[in-house]
Amino acid sequence: MNVAVQASNIDMEFGANGVRSQVLFGVDLQIEMGKLTMLVGPSGCGKTTLLSILSGTLTPTRGDVDVMGGRITSMKDRQNVEFRRERIGFIFQQYNLLPALTAAENAGAPLVTAGMKLKDAAERARVVLETLGMGPHVNKLPRQLSGGQQQRVAIARAIVHEPALVVCDEPTAALDADTGRQVMALLKDASADPNRAVLVVTHDNRIYHYADRIIAMEDGRIVGDSANNTLPEGIHVH
Amino acid sequence: MWAIALKMLTGDRAKYFALVFGIAFATLLMSQQVSIFIGLMTRTASQVLDVREADVWVMDPRVRYVDEVEALPDEALGRVRSVAGVEWAVPFYKGLAILRTPGGLLNQVSLVGVDDETMIGAPRTWLAGDLAVLREPDAIAFDAQGAAFIWPDVEAVDTIGREAEINDNRVIVRGVVDASAPFITFPIAYMRYSQATAITPPTRNKMSFVLVRAGEGQSPRELAQRIEAETGLQALTRIDFAWRSVTYYLTRTGIPVNFGITIALAVIVGAAITAQTFYLFVVENLKQFGALKAIGATNGQIALMVLLQAAVVGAIGYGLGIGVCALFFQISDDVPALEGFVLRWQVLWGTAAVVGVIIMIASLGSLLKVFRVDPAIVFRG
Ligand SMILES: Nc1ncnc2c1ncn2[C@@H]1O[C@H](COP(=O)(O)OP(=O)(O)OP(=O)(O)O)[C@@H](O)[C@H]1O
Ligand SMILES: [Mg+2]
Repeated sequence: MNVAVQASNIDMEFGANGVRSQVLFGVDLQIEMGKLTMLVGPSGCGKTTLLSILSGTLTPTRGDVDVMGGRITSMKDRQNVEFRRERIGFIFQQYNLLPALTAAENAGAPLVTAGMKLKDAAERARVVLETLGMGPHVNKLPRQLSGGQQQRVAIARAIVHEPALVVCDEPTAALDADTGRQVMALLKDASADPNRAVLVVTHDNRIYHYADRIIAMEDGRIVGDSANNTLPEGIHVH
Repeated sequence: MWAIALKMLTGDRAKYFALVFGIAFATLLMSQQVSIFIGLMTRTASQVLDVREADVWVMDPRVRYVDEVEALPDEALGRVRSVAGVEWAVPFYKGLAILRTPGGLLNQVSLVGVDDETMIGAPRTWLAGDLAVLREPDAIAFDAQGAAFIWPDVEAVDTIGREAEINDNRVIVRGVVDASAPFITFPIAYMRYSQATAITPPTRNKMSFVLVRAGEGQSPRELAQRIEAETGLQALTRIDFAWRSVTYYLTRTGIPVNFGITIALAVIVGAAITAQTFYLFVVENLKQFGALKAIGATNGQIALMVLLQAAVVGAIGYGLGIGVCALFFQISDDVPALEGFVLRWQVLWGTAAVVGVIIMIASLGSLLKVFRVDPAIVFRG
């Protein structure tokens, strides 16, 4: 079993000027390759915060995170960015596509930040988009695409550079049930790669069955962990 | 990254045009106001600068600028001529006179008398007639604007042959010339020195200036100093005298202050518009920059993107603004009030520098914001 992410004893506090609030309390976590891991829990329990920390976009107050053996919590800014650029893919609830770029250009953006020409990157992304059923839409702008199509572009952007870890924050929250399922199916496919881990934050119980493992959080702590696609025992999410 | 930056910039047409327009407007405002100011100030010296043959102007020591005349005694001419290094020295008359047209209308005119023999000080560009007509008795030549002002019923060049009186002396228009517009916009009337001194009221001294040409290899400034030392008169090189006149108007009138305020306002308003729009452009795109950062763009890459965007809108906006300004002066050259005003290269560069600094400040200000943006914002709704 290959460990993609190893987090130990993560504390996170927000705030300044003495008014501090702690949102994560001693979180320990391991995420494996070749699996789709879901992180569930009530609103405000710290899911997004934990996801940001695991993906290196946020630095925890205490604790360490290793991604693919690289300790991102002690990397310098520059190193951290380069690490993210190469090893991690991101999918957001709000898609966050650049409105002025076509689907293919958006999907190719991570390659551009790594130094590839936009044109070549778009060409490469086109292939990925085709495997996601977006073949006819590669030259459209985000505003010409439906939510589900935009999220597919986002998926393409998250995997175009073949990262080891793909993190998704509520990828289906803005989509209807059917489209949400299609998106999840694509993510599930992406997680089948033995060299990749997919971590999905959600509180959408309609998609739990796509999970290989479900981790439950409450009030900044992990309160349950199941090794299958059902909620851990004793956990109820509405 | 360049391509993405440019697409981001031009992708949002409305904002893009607002930016370019803002910078173009600021550029136009600044370059145009500064040009008019410079043009106006140059006019104060135009009558000095127009006499290109003269290297040195000799005058009474009390004279502070070209429109203030303290006449010299006739013998001053001989004294100046005897100074070593003077190639030639000729008298020059400059004063105000009243012109009466047959209809009985009175016009204040600026009367210029040029040396009978050499015609030094007469304009070079003749729209009607030529230099020789000034030799005819009673001949007078007007600048085109002046002629049109006195006889509004005809085109300037068609005033040839018109009669008028100066101090009860008959004069006939024999020529129409093109002269740089003076600061005090009276019509300029040219005639022979002897004629000018004859028809003006009798005073002890009549000679306003002595115009001097420096001999071969002589430095005008050294010659001027020598003339001052030997004659006790005031002698200034052409450029020095022109500057003296400009400086007089700059320091003794409210014009610079008023223009200074206008120009300062133009700069402030222009800067505010430009900086504000650009800053807003970047701030509104913070989320996009955040997304780019999340997927691996470094601060350095983002900085280059913002600077490229700034440079592009800056260059286009500046180009448009300067273009409109140049067009303005091109078209307005027919308007007497703006005649001869041009867009100087100094203004071109100066405005470019100011616009550059404004955009620099705006982009640096917004860069701070972009640097501080937490890539994690993209996870928030
Ligand atoms: N930048 C921040 N500054 C201060 N407090 C923050 C910040 N980010 C998150 N929080 C707080 O941390 C707690 C956890 O937030 P987080 O966004 O991680 O929750 P979540 O589980 O993702 O909730 P949701 O399901 O609503 O997205 C919340 O109380 C939130 O207000
Ligand atoms: Mg969240």
